[in-house]
Amino acid sequence: MAELLKALKRAPGAIAWYVQDLMGDNSYQRYLEHHRSNHGQEHQPLSERQFWRQRMDDQDRNPGARCC
Amino acid sequence: MTSELQRTTIEAESSDELQPDPSLPPTAVPEHELRREGKWTWPKALLWAAVALLGGIAWVMIAIVRGETVNAIWFVFAAVCSYLIAYRFYSKVIQRFIARPDDRRATPAEVKADGKDFVPTDRRVLFGHHFAAIAGAGPLVGPVLAAQMGYLPGTIWIIVGVILAGAVQDYLVLFFSMRRGGRTIGQMARDELGRIGGTAAMIASLLIMLIIVAILALVVVNALGESPWGVFSVSMTIPIALFMGVYLRYLRPGKITEVSLIGFVLLIAAIVAGGWVAATPWGAELFHLDRTTIAWGIIVYGFIAAVLPVWLLLAPRDYLSTFMKIGVIVMLAGAVVVVRPEITVPAFSEFAGGELGPVFSGPLFPFLFVTIACGALSGFHALIASGTTPKLIEKERQSRFIGYGGMLMESFVAIMALVAAISLDRGIYFAMNSSPAATGGTIEGAVAFVNGLGLMGVNLTPDMLSSAAAAVGEESIVSRTGGAPTLALGLAHIMQQFLGGAAMAGFWYHFAIMFEALFILTAVDAGTRVARFMLQDTIGNVFPKFKNTAWRPGVWISTAIMVAGWGYILILGVTDPLGGINTFFPLFGIANQLLAVIALAVVLAIVVKRGRSYFKWLWIVALPLGFAAVVTITASMFKIFSAVPQVGYWANNIAFRDALAAGETSFGTATSVEAMEAVVRNTSVQGTLSIVFVTLAIIVLISSIVASVTALRNGGGDNHEDAPVASRRFAPSGLIATTAEKTIEREWAALPADRQPESVRH
Repeated sequence: MAELLKALKRAPGAIAWYVQDLMGDNSYQRYLEHHRSNHGQEHQPLSERQFWRQRMDDQDRNPGARCC
Repeated sequence: MTSELQRTTIEAESSDELQPDPSLPPTAVPEHELRREGKWTWPKALLWAAVALLGGIAWVMIAIVRGETVNAIWFVFAAVCSYLIAYRFYSKVIQRFIARPDDRRATPAEVKADGKDFVPTDRRVLFGHHFAAIAGAGPLVGPVLAAQMGYLPGTIWIIVGVILAGAVQDYLVLFFSMRRGGRTIGQMARDELGRIGGTAAMIASLLIMLIIVAILALVVVNALGESPWGVFSVSMTIPIALFMGVYLRYLRPGKITEVSLIGFVLLIAAIVAGGWVAATPWGAELFHLDRTTIAWGIIVYGFIAAVLPVWLLLAPRDYLSTFMKIGVIVMLAGAVVVVRPEITVPAFSEFAGGELGPVFSGPLFPFLFVTIACGALSGFHALIASGTTPKLIEKERQSRFIGYGGMLMESFVAIMALVAAISLDRGIYFAMNSSPAATGGTIEGAVAFVNGLGLMGVNLTPDMLSSAAAAVGEESIVSRTGGAPTLALGLAHIMQQFLGGAAMAGFWYHFAIMFEALFILTAVDAGTRVARFMLQDTIGNVFPKFKNTAWRPGVWISTAIMVAGWGYILILGVTDPLGGINTFFPLFGIANQLLAVIALAVVLAIVVKRGRSYFKWLWIVALPLGFAAVVTITASMFKIFSAVPQVGYWANNIAFRDALAAGETSFGTATSVEAMEAVVRNTSVQGTLSIVFVTLAIIVLISSIVASVTALRNGGGDNHEDAPVASRRFAPSGLIATTAEKTIEREWAALPADRQPESVRH
């Protein structure tokens, strides 16, 4: 019972995490983390706005198919 | 690049490079743990016996017991139990003997991690991504049309087909693309089959993309023709998407879920408002458009959407589409389980034995198998499973869950669509899906035509048609071909019993039309862009300037060519005197399945080249490849050579040309000389496309067989996989982590933060 309650308490957070990750909200954070661990301090990471712009421009250059 | 070097078969390769870092916890579940988990225990055996028993009973209920009706819940049980068994047993056979993943080996997402294209992604999130990319309107449309044959042929093909063919293709293409750093199916074809096979595969994918876009667009046109409500609410998706695009670009970058929720609310508002607008005289007049106008609208839209920047229209539409996809499928499955509609459609209909059904013509074999492509076996998935998804997989063993599992999920969507279609009265079903050429587009014509079909237990009255149309806020539902309106009516029929009652039927109907249109228009945008990209690349070989995607005239010219390509076929379909969908849809299915033949042919060559120990298991790939090849080639032959005018494009072409030559002014359903000339033109386009498709597929097939036979003789062939790199991270392979996996996860979690790999959770 206590287990079940704990699981229920966790559910909204888990759903929010899932939806946000699925939709891509966390992409910038992920990029920052990647940048921090791979490029160190000497390179400035992109700002959030720059990051999203670049991401969209990449898609412009290299489109992905959607299925039927 | 080491991957370019010639190497021997994969079997002969040593795995010395994969020696794990001794200071890190394990990167793979040890072999003995896997064996221990594979051991049977009593609870496990009982559980699987129960699943098998329930599935067996469900199959008996739908396939053997012949009552007056059958409850839809049995379709759900039969499907889900079959999927579970296939996933637990068959996909593991494929994993063990064909794919042979090795979690000690890093995936491209880990090796090439760049924080953007190559990102190790949580397996459950990636499953959602992959599913949203593969599933669209296809699995919703094909099964509806196939319901003409009765429910059983379609059900068997969707479930058995996905297990032995569709999911196998998706899984293996995904896996092999992952081992090649995310190479596309076209590039893999060139690597494995040589230049001729590779080029044929590329041309075929480009043409197939065009035909698929054209016919999906035709489905939307048919759903929106003469429907002010539908036209209004679907057009509103454009300003909504523009708003979302601007919001994300300038107001709150990165808040995708937030803007998608806002978009979703606006979408619902647009559907409700559509009902009001269509009820006003000005709204009814303004948004009452004939199909040709809508088709031109979509062509213009397709061009503009493909040259506009992605952030403005395509990306936000894509977000909305993903959001709707997951939501709609959960909702539909929930409603079918709660409402459990009774199905009165026979297992095999009167048309199952013949070839002259009004929805699509041709005998059950092979045409049922091309009519239902998406949901059972969809070649288009090979384009998705190679490319994006393989660059995001965190661990090799997850490819089974994502590739095989994702396709099972799409198959389930197809079953739901079939259930929705067959929960309708059969008379209404045929009135909606017979071409306007047969029904004359009027209620009286439809009643006379459907009652004249001689269907058991069907007694259609004019009142049934007019009240069904009025209930969902439409002027008429006669000859609303293309599958989408039928699915929408079926869904409205089920959903209103679940939520909202009869007053909500109109909302649910237009909700269904809306999401189908949304999926399709996203596919049209993206398909045009991808096709343009391929074309730019090809023209670029002659005029290098075209390769530069930033050179706007090149973008415009290539986009215009591609839009003209699918737009031409779309216009032919819309103005086809023989009906449109019933003559063009087989081309869609054949094209899609031919792509599957190409993908499986590439996979076969790859597997043979892996070496001798794989030869015994080649049937796993050869079986779906053989079946798909026989189906598509037979279907193409019917379309090219059949002497029955309703089936063979050229037979029809000749019949109409003879009639014109004899000076007749009407022939069959064509009532004027122009209409007869249109039939001659359409059938020659269709017939030519059939010939081109089948020729290209046969070239690919032969090059695959040649490559495979050579490899068989030599005991294997060159290995084109990227060089193995030892992995430095761990993640469970399936939906739920096993005990052993949890233990290893804990060990990783205990590492100091600076030694941990980048997390997939945020």
